[in-house]
Amino acid sequence: MDVELISLTKRYGNTVAVDGIDLKVRSGAYCCLLGPSGCGKTTTLRMIGGHETVSSGDVVIGPRAVGDATPAERGTAMMFQSYALFPHLNCRDNVAFSLRMRGVGKAERRAKALAMLDLVQMAHLAERLPAQLSGGQQQRVALARALVTGPKVLLLDEPLSALDPFLRVRMRTELKRIQAELGLTFIHVTHSQEEAMALSDLVVVMNGGRIEQAADPRTVFERPATAFVARFIGGHNVIRLPDSTEIAVRADRMRLGLQAGPEAVPARVVSVEYQGTSVHVGFEADGLGATALTAILDDAAYAGRPLALGETVPLGWDAAAAHRLSA
Amino acid sequence: MTDTALSAMPAAVNVPAAPASTTSLTAKTRRRRALAYLQAAPMALVFAVFFLVPLLLTLIVSFWEYNEYEIIPSFTVQNYFDVFEGCFSPAEACTTVRTYVSTLKFCVLTWACTLVIGFTVAYFVAFHVRSRTMQMALFLVCTIPFWTSNVIRMISWIPLLGRNGLVNYTLMGLGLIKAPIEGLLYSDFSVVLAFVHLNTVFMIVPIFNSMARIDRSLIEAAYDAGATGWQTLWNVVVPLAKPGIAIGSIFVVTLVMGDFVTVGVMGGQQIASVGKVIQVQMSALQLPAAAANAVILLGAVMLMIVAMTRLIDLRKEL
Repeated sequence: MDVELISLTKRYGNTVAVDGIDLKVRSGAYCCLLGPSGCGKTTTLRMIGGHETVSSGDVVIGPRAVGDATPAERGTAMMFQSYALFPHLNCRDNVAFSLRMRGVGKAERRAKALAMLDLVQMAHLAERLPAQLSGGQQQRVALARALVTGPKVLLLDEPLSALDPFLRVRMRTELKRIQAELGLTFIHVTHSQEEAMALSDLVVVMNGGRIEQAADPRTVFERPATAFVARFIGGHNVIRLPDSTEIAVRADRMRLGLQAGPEAVPARVVSVEYQGTSVHVGFEADGLGATALTAILDDAAYAGRPLALGETVPLGWDAAAAHRLSA
Repeated sequence: MTDTALSAMPAAVNVPAAPASTTSLTAKTRRRRALAYLQAAPMALVFAVFFLVPLLLTLIVSFWEYNEYEIIPSFTVQNYFDVFEGCFSPAEACTTVRTYVSTLKFCVLTWACTLVIGFTVAYFVAFHVRSRTMQMALFLVCTIPFWTSNVIRMISWIPLLGRNGLVNYTLMGLGLIKAPIEGLLYSDFSVVLAFVHLNTVFMIVPIFNSMARIDRSLIEAAYDAGATGWQTLWNVVVPLAKPGIAIGSIFVVTLVMGDFVTVGVMGGQQIASVGKVIQVQMSALQLPAAAANAVILLGAVMLMIVAMTRLIDLRKEL
């Protein structure tokens, strides 16, 4: 179902956590709310899920504004950051919990719970207590529990942040698979731009309670709207030109030495990091704003012309790759 | 901190897990073990002197003989027969059985009242009071009655509940009753009232402790799953507060089962209880009989606790 936020605001006393945001997520989309901690992304998610009251504005799910409706009435389900599995119930009963609350008969709710556990490949551990499961397994159970009532919108609060990097990548694939299989709207809160890029159809970059940019991942990466987005999404250099306009240039479009072009300025090498397929070189340049710059060089090209720390080389960029930022 | 103290600390942790083969022990591990035992010794000593030895003495004395003017160290089971005298005739329940029934009645009533009140208070403090400071403040308020002695708190009910006490006076003044209510004081009611007053805090503390450890996101998860407030209470809070309920119940049950002061003061010395029987025998210097009664009471209480721990596996829950 479509989810629409209309000048949604959350105030705590005098502080504004979410500042009148507007957003439309179409049905069946995978939307990531991305931002640093304290940017209001979790509060937004909790308002969509009915776990936080709305100070002003509206949450519209499907055809109607949900107002003060409970999560069940909204057709949303939440997957909590700490999984929040009931420690006294085994996996099957955890998944069947919401069905039990709705008065579904024992045989039926058990069958449904097992089917859901099967979807997340946890049916073989149905009798285990949450404490007897690994983090990744608990997460699968939490996912099954959120999905068992057939919600129209699934809300995920930093679901992957407690997993180790290897498992995170695997669960990421899994989430995407389940989302595609069930055709649900997923709204996923994360502070990892890598996760947002990998998963979403719609990336919503938030900062200070406002939306900086909402677009598909490619647009966000190719044409970041603001300096904040360019910096947060990574892989960009934010450069202040002499006429005091700001541009973003992808780090892999920086050019050195002879290819540096007419706008090149002398820059000093301050760090060199070998990354396998590429080499990340850090520069300091006086002419291009105060920030440190990064150039991502092809490993073969770097091997042909290695750089030493402290060395000064001309640094420029592809004119076509420069993207002008709005103030 | 000395070197030995440092090396002894891990030993205390390691000893129970160490394999049973003692043959290959080096001098160092043996010294560590000795140190671990030494560290446990003070508590063991206190436990032995103040618990094991008196218990053993009680057990021994319960088999002694006695008559009107002396106690004779010998071996007889007569004291136990005396306790159950007449209990095996089907005609009428014997004194002991009736006393136990009366005490058990107080026990059940007190347990039910303290559980309901204790759970409610703990729930309020743990879930409805948001700030940690306020929680601690309210929690301390619950313990304020303990700043005065039990007996004084009991006696202070008397001017309130007596025939010409405040309650009767007020009710008559309001015209709600014509004659004073007789059963307020020196009755089962006043005994249970005093028990509840004295013991509720023993329910509040452990239940609050259990509830404070419940992850708040579980309550949100229950709400998200469509549970109503009562459903959340019954399906999430109560099961997770079970260890606290069990510990509180053990406190209350053991305190009420062994009590003789409250029953005496609030029952006007007219109501029987197991503790009261033992106290009367003690003051008549019938120590062996009192000891036998005490041993039986101990057995009864232990049976009740075993039954309770059967319902809730405390070691697992903690």
